[in-house]
Amino acid sequence: MLECREIAYERDYVPVFSGLSLSLSGGDMLQVSGPNGAGKTTLLRLLASSLTPSEGEILWRGIPLGQRLGEFRNDMLYLGHQPGIKGALSPRENLAWLESLGAPGRETVDAALAAVGLAGLEDVPCHTLSAGQQRRVALARLRLSPAALWILDEPFTAIDRDGVAALEALILEHARQGGIVVLTTHQALGLPGVRLLALEPHGRA
Amino acid sequence: MAAPELPVTKAVRALLARDLTLAIRHRGEMANPLIFFVMVATLVPLGVTPEARELARLAPGMIWVMALLSSLLSAETLFLSDHRDGTLEQLVLSPQPLWLLVLAKVLVHWLVTGLPLTLLSPLLGVMLSLPAAGYGPMMASLALGTAALSLIGAIGAALTVAIPRGGLLLSLIVMPLYMPVLIFGASAVQQAVDGMAPSGPLAVLGALLAFSCLMSPFATAGALRVSLHG
Repeated sequence: MLECREIAYERDYVPVFSGLSLSLSGGDMLQVSGPNGAGKTTLLRLLASSLTPSEGEILWRGIPLGQRLGEFRNDMLYLGHQPGIKGALSPRENLAWLESLGAPGRETVDAALAAVGLAGLEDVPCHTLSAGQQRRVALARLRLSPAALWILDEPFTAIDRDGVAALEALILEHARQGGIVVLTTHQALGLPGVRLLALEPHGRA
Repeated sequence: MAAPELPVTKAVRALLARDLTLAIRHRGEMANPLIFFVMVATLVPLGVTPEARELARLAPGMIWVMALLSSLLSAETLFLSDHRDGTLEQLVLSPQPLWLLVLAKVLVHWLVTGLPLTLLSPLLGVMLSLPAAGYGPMMASLALGTAALSLIGAIGAALTVAIPRGGLLLSLIVMPLYMPVLIFGASAVQQAVDGMAPSGPLAVLGALLAFSCLMSPFATAGALRVSLHG
C-alpha cells in the first residue's frame, strides 16, 4: 500500500539520505532505527507528506502521493515529537478537536481516554499532567482515528512499562487488522514480525 | 432534522471553539495589545498637550496609528504557540483545506483583538477629545480596518513562524501592506470631523478588506507550508 521508490532528501544542499526504497503492505510494521541525526524524523515526515522528497516518489495505494493528498491524509495519522497537545486545554478538549480534523472516530473520546489510563483526568488542564500522561493523551488518538497508516515518531517517550506493553498490543492489533505502522524508537520492542530499517548518517540505508 | 454535518464544517467549528477557549484561558496575553492601546491614549494628552482643540486635530491619526501598532503586536502570536507544540503540523496534515482553517484562526484573532479594540475606541475618543462627528466613522473604519490588518498580519506571521525572533522581520514584511489601511482609516475619521461624508474612504477600506479576505487565506496557507518545510 505504501511504497517508496529511490527517494532522496537533502536539506540545505546536504543529503540526509538517498536511494531509499521500501514497500509496505497491509499488516506490516516498520521500525526505523539509527543514531541521532540519521534522518529518522525526516523520513517519517516524508512518509507523512509533510515534506516532499528531492528525488524519487512515494506511492499510496499505487498512486503518487501528490495526486491524492486529501485521500491520503484521511487515511494517515502522524504523531510527531510535539503531538499538538495544548497545555491550557483538558485531555477531552484536546482530543475532541484533534479528532474533528480527520475522519469520524471509532470510539468516543472518553472511552479512548479511559483505555490509555486517564479516566478521571478528562477535565483537568493538560499542563498539570506529567510528561507521560500528556504523551498518553496524544496516543489516545490511535484509538480514535480510523486511519490505516500510523506514523509514530518516538511514541514510547516518557511512557511507563505498562503503557509500553499496552501500546505494543495496540500496534499489533492494528497490524493484524490490515493496518500499517511506521515508528521510530530506541527501545527494544516486543513486536513479533516487525521489520527493521537502519538509517546511517549521510549514507545509504 | 438537520442535515449531517460536513467534515469541513465540523473541523472549522471545532477550531473556532478551540481558539476561543484558548483565548479566554490566556486572557492576560490577549489583553496586552488593548492595554497598550489605552496606555498610549492616556499618555498623549500628558506628553503633547491637554488642550482639547490641539488634541482634536491629532485624534483621528493618533487613534489609527495606535490601532495599527497594537494589531502588529498581536499578529506575531497568531501561529507561534501552535507551531511550538506541533498543532500547526497537525493542521497542515489534516485532510481539510488549510485555507479554511487559516480563515477560522484569523477570525478568532480578530474577535479577540480587533473587535475589542473597536469597542474600546469611543473611550479613547473621549480621552483625545475627538469631535462628536468622528465617533461613528471611527468605529466603522476600525471594524473594517482591523479585520483587514488581521488578515494581512497572518501572511507575515505565517512566513516568519519558524524563524527564531521573527518579530522584527514580521514588522518589515507587513508594514508596507498596512499603510493603505492606515491612510484610508485615518482619512475616514478626519473627513467626518471636517464635516464631509466619510463614505469614500470607508468604501475603500471595505474594498481592502474584501481583497485581503480573498487573498490572505491562500497566501497564509502557502506560507505555512513553506515555513514547515524547513
